Amino acid sequence: MASLNVRAALLSVSFLILALGLWEMATQPPEAQTGMTEYEMLMGGADQESRVPPPSAVLKLAWAELSNPFYDAGANDKGIGIQLGYSVYRVLTGYLAAMAIALPVGFLIGMSPLMYKALNPYIQVLRPISPLAWMPLALFIIQDSDASAIFVIFICSIWPMLLNTAFGVANVRQDWVNVARTHELGPLRTAITVILPAAAPTILTGMRISIGIAWLVIVAAEMLVGGTGIGYYVWNEWNNLDLASVIFSILMIGVVGMLLDLALGKAQKLVEYKE
Amino acid sequence: MSKSFLEVDGLFKIYPDGQGGELTVFEDIRFALEKGEFVCIIGHSGCGKSTILNVLAGLDEASAGNVVMNGKEIKGPGLERGVVFQNYSLLPWKTTLNNIVFAVRARWPEWSKEKVKEHSERYLKMVGLDHALNRKPSQLSGGMRQRVSIARAFATQPELLLLDEPFGALDALTRGVIQDELVKIWEETRQTVFMITHDVDEAILLSDRIFLMSNGPNARIAESVKVDIPHPRARATIFQNPAYHKTRDYLVDFLVNRSGSALPEKDGTPKIVEPAKGVAQSTPASFDSETESESDTAARAVNA
Repeated sequence: MASLNVRAALLSVSFLILALGLWEMATQPPEAQTGMTEYEMLMGGADQESRVPPPSAVLKLAWAELSNPFYDAGANDKGIGIQLGYSVYRVLTGYLAAMAIALPVGFLIGMSPLMYKALNPYIQVLRPISPLAWMPLALFIIQDSDASAIFVIFICSIWPMLLNTAFGVANVRQDWVNVARTHELGPLRTAITVILPAAAPTILTGMRISIGIAWLVIVAAEMLVGGTGIGYYVWNEWNNLDLASVIFSILMIGVVGMLLDLALGKAQKLVEYKE
Repeated sequence: MSKSFLEVDGLFKIYPDGQGGELTVFEDIRFALEKGEFVCIIGHSGCGKSTILNVLAGLDEASAGNVVMNGKEIKGPGLERGVVFQNYSLLPWKTTLNNIVFAVRARWPEWSKEKVKEHSERYLKMVGLDHALNRKPSQLSGGMRQRVSIARAFATQPELLLLDEPFGALDALTRGVIQDELVKIWEETRQTVFMITHDVDEAILLSDRIFLMSNGPNARIAESVKVDIPHPRARATIFQNPAYHKTRDYLVDFLVNRSGSALPEKDGTPKIVEPAKGVAQSTPASFDSETESESDTAARAVNA
């Protein structure tokens, strides 16, 4: 009997083939009819309805796009690599800015019950706001679409990081804090050598949730602000009625999102500990 | 009256009882420790032993009274007092060695890296863990973790070591082995130790004196029992000493029959008791050392 991994891989591949096969069959053009209707003749023989492109068409396009991902032939014709690059750049910029605020503030809230009680109402009100609701205000204040998209990423990725950091810091086992106290560590050294490593797994969980949300939001944000980025690309191809490109870019969004999550997952493994 | 190394004077711990009243866990605790003494404290659950220890450690505050060590009042935790917690309290993301290094560096920040490492390894060797330097606490058995914790406390060479039921969570076999190790380290270092235990035999094996606490609330340290058995002691042979049985009978009688009503002297200091006074104290020396090393090996084999 083959190992579990091999069997799982075989099953995965058969599911893929099955799904692609069904998709291919479902999107065949109808049999050409013997005589054209008057309307068809008027339309030059074109189909009456547009169909979802078959997987073969999407694969052909994917091959073409991925073999030259970084071409730049003007404002509305850039390679998929460039579009994804813009999106990743915006996500990472907003995300790092959120981190720079969320981690220290999370520490503060986690260590001080006073600050927690004082700031908690604001957090609870701001957190459920859809990040896109900030967009008009951001555009008006910042007056720059690119920076506004980054701001939206910032505002949506800050909350999971902030709350998880606060939660992780507040729930560090008292025993470990006592170890720091009996060894006369100052507050800063306690924070760095005991509380940070103790809370790191919880903090990383928050960071992983944040990057996932940020990647979800960037697509929508770029559809709104336009210009560049994978979100804009999807919308632009929709306007071009190029559905093969739309499907292809949807898949690419999934792949990049998975890679971001994998990277954070690896980082999470590094700071994990068993009690 | 000459000043003792550690003086505890009129310690009270009072909590609100949740119904508008007050609950006095213990009251007017008075005792003194001399340098180099090993003292155990025994009492039923709820008498506030751990709170007393935490006050000495500086991790908790008494409602009234004070503790003076070396002529200075204890306020907050400090490196001159080492603590071994019941649940080991090792930092799980650090290796065995780095847990000790963490403490040694805090104690002597001016030491070089090599010196810190060498010192830490020496103490891990003392508890027989020099083979597990790079393992994480999660990869160690409970007994091994507690050894690391003991090594950490001894490595910082505190003036007073506080052990809060260090063997409470261990099985009987492991406990015995580590007790032997603790005896060995203590004979080498002659630290002043204050230890909480529930185990009468453990207390007799380790201590010079045993404090007996009456039941809470309003618990007191009622008696201070002298353990008249010469050092070095060994777990395997100590029961051959007649003084051991006298002392043990006395302690068990107190815990079973008298802990509810026992009171200290009028001035609040514990009554000094010597249950084994005048009992012959000799055990054959040659037999003693032989059995000790044999049982040591056997116990190690069991533990491994």
